[in-house]
Amino acid sequence: MEKFKKIKSNAIPLPMVNIDTDMIIPKQFLKTIKRTGLGKSLFYELRYDENDKKISNFVLNQDQYKDSQILITGKNFGCGSSREHAPWSIADYGIKCIVASSYADIFYNNCFKNGILPIILPEDQVQQLLQAAEESLNFEVDLENQKISYILNNEAKSLKFDIDPAKKACLIEGIDDIGLTLNKVSHISDFENKQKSMNPWLYSRKLT
Amino acid sequence: MSNPKTLYDKIWNDHVVTNNDDGTSVIYIDRHLVHEVTSPQAFEGLKIAGRSVRQPQFTLATADHNIPTTDRDKGIADPESKLQVETLEKNCADHGITYLSMNDNRQGIVHIIGPEQGFTQPGMTIVCGDSHTSTHGAFGALAWGIGTSEVEHVLATQTLIQTKAKNMRIDIQGDLPIGVTAKDIVLKIIQTIGTAGGTGYVIEYTGNVIKALSMEGRMTVCNMSIEAGARAGLISPDEKTAEYIKGRPLAPSDDYYEKAVQYWMSLASDKDAQYDKTISINAKDIIPQVTWGTSPEDVVSIDGSVPNPHDENDTEKKKSMIRALEYMGLEPNTQMKDIKVDKVFIGSCTNGRIEDLRAVSKIANGKKVAGHVNAIIVPGSGLVKEQAEKEGLDKIFIESGFEWRDPGCSMCLAMNADKLQPQERCASTSNRNFEGRQGRGGRTHLMSPAMAAAAAINGKLSDCRDF
Repeated sequence: MEKFKKIKSNAIPLPMVNIDTDMIIPKQFLKTIKRTGLGKSLFYELRYDENDKKISNFVLNQDQYKDSQILITGKNFGCGSSREHAPWSIADYGIKCIVASSYADIFYNNCFKNGILPIILPEDQVQQLLQAAEESLNFEVDLENQKISYILNNEAKSLKFDIDPAKKACLIEGIDDIGLTLNKVSHISDFENKQKSMNPWLYSRKLT
Repeated sequence: MSNPKTLYDKIWNDHVVTNNDDGTSVIYIDRHLVHEVTSPQAFEGLKIAGRSVRQPQFTLATADHNIPTTDRDKGIADPESKLQVETLEKNCADHGITYLSMNDNRQGIVHIIGPEQGFTQPGMTIVCGDSHTSTHGAFGALAWGIGTSEVEHVLATQTLIQTKAKNMRIDIQGDLPIGVTAKDIVLKIIQTIGTAGGTGYVIEYTGNVIKALSMEGRMTVCNMSIEAGARAGLISPDEKTAEYIKGRPLAPSDDYYEKAVQYWMSLASDKDAQYDKTISINAKDIIPQVTWGTSPEDVVSIDGSVPNPHDENDTEKKKSMIRALEYMGLEPNTQMKDIKVDKVFIGSCTNGRIEDLRAVSKIANGKKVAGHVNAIIVPGSGLVKEQAEKEGLDKIFIESGFEWRDPGCSMCLAMNADKLQPQERCASTSNRNFEGRQGRGGRTHLMSPAMAAAAAINGKLSDCRDF
C-alpha cells in the first residue's frame, strides 16, 4: 500500500447524512473483478443523469472541486453494504481523506486497507469545515501531526483530530496487514492445535 | 470466580490467537463464506503475493448475488456477471474450496445455505464479504461482514485483526400481538435506536419474545443488526438451536455431538454480565411495520401515515426527510394503507426461508395478485425451493399470480435482471430501502412476508391482520 503523505488540496463539501455504500458506488459496478477503474462511477446516481450526462450542480461536477483529495460530509457515512468497492471508487477517484462526525464500522475499517484517512470530528467542527470548503480552496491534512489547516472568513485556522495510533502507523508506513499476521503463524498453529483438542467437532467434517 | 461474561465476551475470549501491543487482537475465524462479488480481488491478491488458502475446508463458496432467477439452463447472459461467477468457480477449484454452483440444488444465498448445511454453529466466529453475515448470530455464532481486503486476510491466515466491540443488550419482553413477526420486531428496533444506534457494538437480543421465535425468525432479527449499525447480532443458543443443527450435513458427528451441545449451552451470558448499553422494548407496542423513506430507520406502523417534515425540529433530519419524500414520491400525512404498489418482492437473506414462504401462502391461498402488480417470489436456496414445492406452496403462489423463481439475492440488490424501473414502487421483504437499491429511481417499502403478500393481493400497502 502507498504511504500516506501530507495532502494539500481543495475539499469537496457534501453535506448529506447517512450516505450509504449503494450511493457511493451502485450495484451495476460491482461486477468487476478488479480493484481499479471505479473512480469514474463514484456517486454515480448523484453525478450522472439517466443518459449518463453529468449533472452540473452536483459538487463533483463543479470546476472548483476538480482534483480534490478531501471529502467533507455528513454523519454515518458509508453505512449499508460491506462492499469494498466503495473505498476503491473513492481512492480511484483520487480522494485520500474523508472528514465526518461518524462512519459505519465496516466502511471505516475498509478505508485503512486502501490508504484512505477517515477523520472523525465533532459535528460543529465538520460544519465549520463544510463552510470553509465552500469559501476557500486551501486545505491541508497533516496525519503525522493530526492536524487539518484551512481558511475560513479569510482567516487561517487549524483543527487537531484523534486517531488510533495503530491505524495511523498503518497509513503512514503503508503496511500490509497480511504480511504482519503471517509473521505470527506459529501462534495461529498453536491456537488450531489447542482448539482441535478442546472442540474437535470443528475439525471433523467437510462438505463435498 | 471470574468476572461474569456476556455471550460475546465468551466467544471473543475463545478465539483470541494473540493480543497485540496496540490493543488489537488476532482473532481466529472458524468459518468463512465466500461469494462472487466480493472475492475476486481477494484471490487475485493472494496470487500476486504467492500466498495460499490456509484452511480451505473451513471455507464454503457459492454464487448468489449475480445470477439469474429464471432460465438457468441458458446460463448467465450478462458477460460481466458470467465472468465474475466463472472466476469464483476457478478460484475455488485452484484452492480446494467447496463451491456450490448455480446448478447444485444446495445453492442459494450464502446466509441461507450456511445454516442449512450445518456450516453455521454456536460459538463459532463466522465472516463473509457481505454485511448481512450478522444473520448467523441467530445461532449464537459471532458473525460479521467484512471487506474484500479482510476476505484476503482470512483466506491467507484464517484470522482477522480486530478491536473488541462494546456489548449492547436489546431486551424484548411481553406478548407479541397476533400477526406480528420477527421482521416487525427488527424494524421496530431499528426505528428505536436508529441506523447508527448500534455502531461500535455487538447486540445481544434477549427476552421471552426472542426466545419464542423460531430459528428462522431469529435469523431475520440478527440479519438486520447491520441496518441498526451493529456489525453483529447474537442470540443465546438453546435447545431449539441444537435441534435445528442436528442431522444437517456439517453438524458435529455423533462422536462429538454431545460434547458440542454441552459447549454451546455453556455460552449463554452469565447472570450478572454487564452490558455497556441496554434497550428494552415492550412487545405489545409492536404492530406490523413498514418503511416510508430511504433509510431502514424510516419506519411507521401500517395504521400510521407518512410523517410530515414540518413537524421535525432537527434541521438536518428535516432536510433528509424532504429529500426522502421527494425520492419516494410521497405526500406528508398520506395514510400508509393508501399507498399503491407496482411490484412485490418476496425473498432475500432476511426473509427467503421456508417459514417466510409459508406465511405468504397463508395470505395468498385462494386469492389473486392485484391486476396492476407484478409479484415475484425468490426462494433463498434450492433446498427452500424443494421444500416449498414438497408442501405444494408453489402451486398456491402460481395460482394466485405470483412468479415462482430460482434462488438468489435477486431484487434485494438488483445486480441481476430483477430490478425496479424508475418511480416503480415495491413492497419488499428485503433489508434496505436506500435510494436506487432495487434499481435506479425505484421506491422500496420494507415489510414482513405476510405484509408483502397482503400488498400484492390488495395492490396497495395493507395490514396482513385483515386477511
